[in-house]
Amino acid sequence: MELLVAQDLAVTVADKQVCHDLDLHIRRGQCWAILGANGSGKTTLLHTLAGFRPAQGGEITLEGRHLDTWQPRQRARLLGMLLQHYEDPFPSTVLETALIGRHPHLQRWEWEDSDDVAQARKALESMDLAGFENRTIATLSGGERRRLAIATLLTQNPQLLLLDEPTNHLDLFHQLRALNLFTHLASQEDRAIMMVLHDITSAARYCDHALLLFGEGETLAGTITDVVTEENLARLYGHPIRCLTGPDGDVWTPMFSGT
Amino acid sequence: MAPRTLLIALLVIAVFSVVGAVSLGSVPLGWRALGALVLHHGTPLEHTLIMDVRLPRVIAAFAVGGLLALAGTLMQVLLRNPLADPYILGISGGAAVAVLTAMLLGLSGFGLTVTAFSGALLTMLLVFTLSRGGGSWNPTRLLLTGVVVASGWAALIGFILTVSPDTDLKNMLFWLMGDLSFAGNPLPALMVLGIGLLLALGAARDLNILARGELQAMALGVATGTLSLLIYVLASLLTASAVTLAGSVGFVGLIVPHLIRLLGATDHRILLPCSVLLGGSLVVAADTFARTALAPQQLPVGIITALLGVPMFLYLLNRRTR
Repeated sequence: MELLVAQDLAVTVADKQVCHDLDLHIRRGQCWAILGANGSGKTTLLHTLAGFRPAQGGEITLEGRHLDTWQPRQRARLLGMLLQHYEDPFPSTVLETALIGRHPHLQRWEWEDSDDVAQARKALESMDLAGFENRTIATLSGGERRRLAIATLLTQNPQLLLLDEPTNHLDLFHQLRALNLFTHLASQEDRAIMMVLHDITSAARYCDHALLLFGEGETLAGTITDVVTEENLARLYGHPIRCLTGPDGDVWTPMFSGT
Repeated sequence: MAPRTLLIALLVIAVFSVVGAVSLGSVPLGWRALGALVLHHGTPLEHTLIMDVRLPRVIAAFAVGGLLALAGTLMQVLLRNPLADPYILGISGGAAVAVLTAMLLGLSGFGLTVTAFSGALLTMLLVFTLSRGGGSWNPTRLLLTGVVVASGWAALIGFILTVSPDTDLKNMLFWLMGDLSFAGNPLPALMVLGIGLLLALGAARDLNILARGELQAMALGVATGTLSLLIYVLASLLTASAVTLAGSVGFVGLIVPHLIRLLGATDHRILLPCSVLLGGSLVVAADTFARTALAPQQLPVGIITALLGVPMFLYLLNRRTR
């Protein structure tokens, strides 16, 4: 079933074209990787798909309904977004932060009940933050904050997860843990994932589809095996990239000589 | 401290500060005399002193404190900056200039509050839009813009004072310093405070999220446009009501929310009512001190709040830049 559909999508940011005539069909169970060089507009595209900013052309539908016609709270129950950066100018605890994910599920005067707290705790646990509940966020490291942001998104419990560089700041173990969790959500819980990644090996292993942003508005979308090829990646990053066959599957690596 | 314990403690403090302030003054009245008054057994003189003189002033002080603390809390969420305060950013000044001008033109009563509201809203739009560079609020630019706009308003107030007849001068000075000696009927301001608190509480969970950034708020389904508009209008109205009653009392909106956060309430469902209670109690205590410390000389309450607020502002600024 299609969750998010973009047709003839055109997005520009500050006179720079991110994409034009882009058709995307994000179905339940799918896991998409967005690949592109710095400044190619990956974040801008995600923000457009999340409804944070208007598209310059084409239309986006969520479960068949035009994205703009959704009530913000209803939309947030279906579509969640992991941002690249988070602000925390005021003090707050880890549990309080995770609990804001329940906001779209609560009525105006309603308070979080024990179910909501249980969901938040479970999400914190899945991101290896059990025991951190009463810590203030100011005392967390960059990687711990990133895991808290992911836990907050899991507490929100959306069906479509748009993730802007989810593995940023994470150590290798927690990168794998997070990526495994996301693919589990797609394959076992029939949700859809769309994430910006910079590691092609992770993209090729964990995702089944990819969207490449070449800059200047050129894009390519399709299944991983069709799209992630040495030829396309060389064009994407302006640098040769090789696929090596390791004992544990394919490893994508840039050519280190000649830079 | 557990947030709900804090709320109850502040409620008790508020009651004590009001009763204490009513009993203190040139003629101190003990608990027994106050009790007798409540039971309609007091002397006519005591009755006049309490009901017509002290109680209205204490209620005005509480309302002003609550209004400014609530306005400060709301502005801090919108700007994601704990240094935001209606006085520092010139919002109070804008309201004061508007009221003084309206008074020169012969307006009075409700017209003054409406004028004050326009002055506050205009200043807020001016300061906030000017300091919004490249999509997010730049704290340095925000504070600089606010401080410069505030001193502009102060110059205008000075001009109006200079050209006004000498007989009005002392009366008018209170717009500049924040003084409760000339406060009128506090009930309209108290009503604005009640309605403002109720509206803000209805949006309290949204405020919790907006405090973490506009994108995060959008991602969690907060209607950020509507919420920002509510904060603009509400913060202006709250500030305008306070200024109409007592002139520009400074720093309450800065000190109070910070203290409440320090005491452990970070959820706006608790933080908002706590701010109102502490803000009210603080200005009641400050005004009681201002009118009794050098009695019979009365000090403007704004002097006391500034003496408390300036060191706290400097401390917060210094802590942030490190």
